[in-house]
Amino acid sequence: MKVLEMNHVKKSFDNVEVLKDINLHVEEGEVVSIIGPSGSGKTTLLRCATLLEQMDDGNMIYLGDEVVKSIDGKSTYKDKKSQRNALQYFGLVFQNFNLFPHQNVLKNIMGAPIKIQRRDKEEVRNQAMELLKKMGLEDKAKSYPCQLSGGQKQRVSIARALCMNPKILFFDEPTSALDPELTLEILNVIKDLAADKMTMVIVTHEMNFARDVSDRMIFMDNGVVVEETTPEELFNSDNERTRAFLGKYHDMM
Amino acid sequence: MSFIDICLQLLPGMAVTIEIFLITLIFSLPLGMLIAVGRMSKHKIIQYIIRVYIAIMRGTPLMLQLLVIYFGPYYIFGVSIDSSYRQIAVMIAFSLNYAAYFAEIYRSGIESIDNGQREAAYILGYNKVQTFFSIIFPQVIKRILPAITNEVVTLVKDTSLAFSIAYAEMFTEAKRIAAAQTSMLPFVAAGIFYFVFNALVAFIMKKAEDKLNYYS
Repeated sequence: MKVLEMNHVKKSFDNVEVLKDINLHVEEGEVVSIIGPSGSGKTTLLRCATLLEQMDDGNMIYLGDEVVKSIDGKSTYKDKKSQRNALQYFGLVFQNFNLFPHQNVLKNIMGAPIKIQRRDKEEVRNQAMELLKKMGLEDKAKSYPCQLSGGQKQRVSIARALCMNPKILFFDEPTSALDPELTLEILNVIKDLAADKMTMVIVTHEMNFARDVSDRMIFMDNGVVVEETTPEELFNSDNERTRAFLGKYHDMM
Repeated sequence: MSFIDICLQLLPGMAVTIEIFLITLIFSLPLGMLIAVGRMSKHKIIQYIIRVYIAIMRGTPLMLQLLVIYFGPYYIFGVSIDSSYRQIAVMIAFSLNYAAYFAEIYRSGIESIDNGQREAAYILGYNKVQTFFSIIFPQVIKRILPAITNEVVTLVKDTSLAFSIAYAEMFTEAKRIAAAQTSMLPFVAAGIFYFVFNALVAFIMKKAEDKLNYYS
């Protein structure tokens, strides 16, 4: 079953075409990585998928719910309320964590499930503590974000996203603000999630990691999908652009 | 007349000064928030009106504003004004003036919050009102507290401007007694009063800042 389906997505900023007819389909339990040089449109695609940006054309379907329709070559969004409901399908982990600094770890995680999803406080607390345990952060429940390392902050933000029980989790360069050691911390968490069959779309510059964790990889450049295939095939691609991009990566190894 | 006597005579005036101070804060702090929201409105006309309002309030002396609000009804409309209107005029002038300053402080605080906070809240399903009250505003308060303290301290001293329409607050009284007694002592008493009042304000605001220091 498809969790997410985006077809013919187009998006321009000030007449600069950032996304040129992009398709993104994600099956349940699948891990898809999106790689590509800076400015290739990866992050914009993710921001369109998470409703942080509006696409100009194309449609978007979450679990059969067509949140964005393409009518006469223009994206037509459902009303605000339906968009708000659509937010329940997914979670997003930001590059800069975006934890709420005035709330402690537990409050950061429990806030939305209680306030927005109106779930039982005790049940949410149990789930939050379980997630923290999984992240190895049970002892940090009462800490404030400023007391945590970058890696810990990112693990809290993953826990925060998971506590909403999303059907799909997006990562926007989750390790770009972290040093190599902390990066490993986060990548291991994501690998555990993949083992649990969490559906994920990951925008990343960590090639080794993407290769290990992904079922499918998408290489984007200049607003188009250059190649979309399994990690093995992508790393052995004979596409010139792919080889050039990954070549730099191979050279580094 | 002894210093103690002077202080005793100034007591009712002190109460009036404190009253101006408190009522101004009660009205101008929330009003400032409304003005800040208008100032940040996407609606161009609302935004323009608010900008003009702030420009006038900040660009002209509070004493002038007091006189305009007090005498305006008579000079412009010929409405006779009685002395009970003095208090109302003082409250209106101070509240309108301070609200403009507070509005700009709020705006600076709100605009300084990283957009990632709003995006994170949006993704988690918070609507605009929920985002403002549970995510943005608590962070704004912490950031603007030092600037607010500045304004509040200035307000304590500005209450003395009420003398320009002969409103019987402490400073007006001190001037009257000084003239009657040809003595500096009433001014000394007034100075000590303002100083102690502001020391108290600074102390309370410091406590508030400390309380919000649990995160950075």
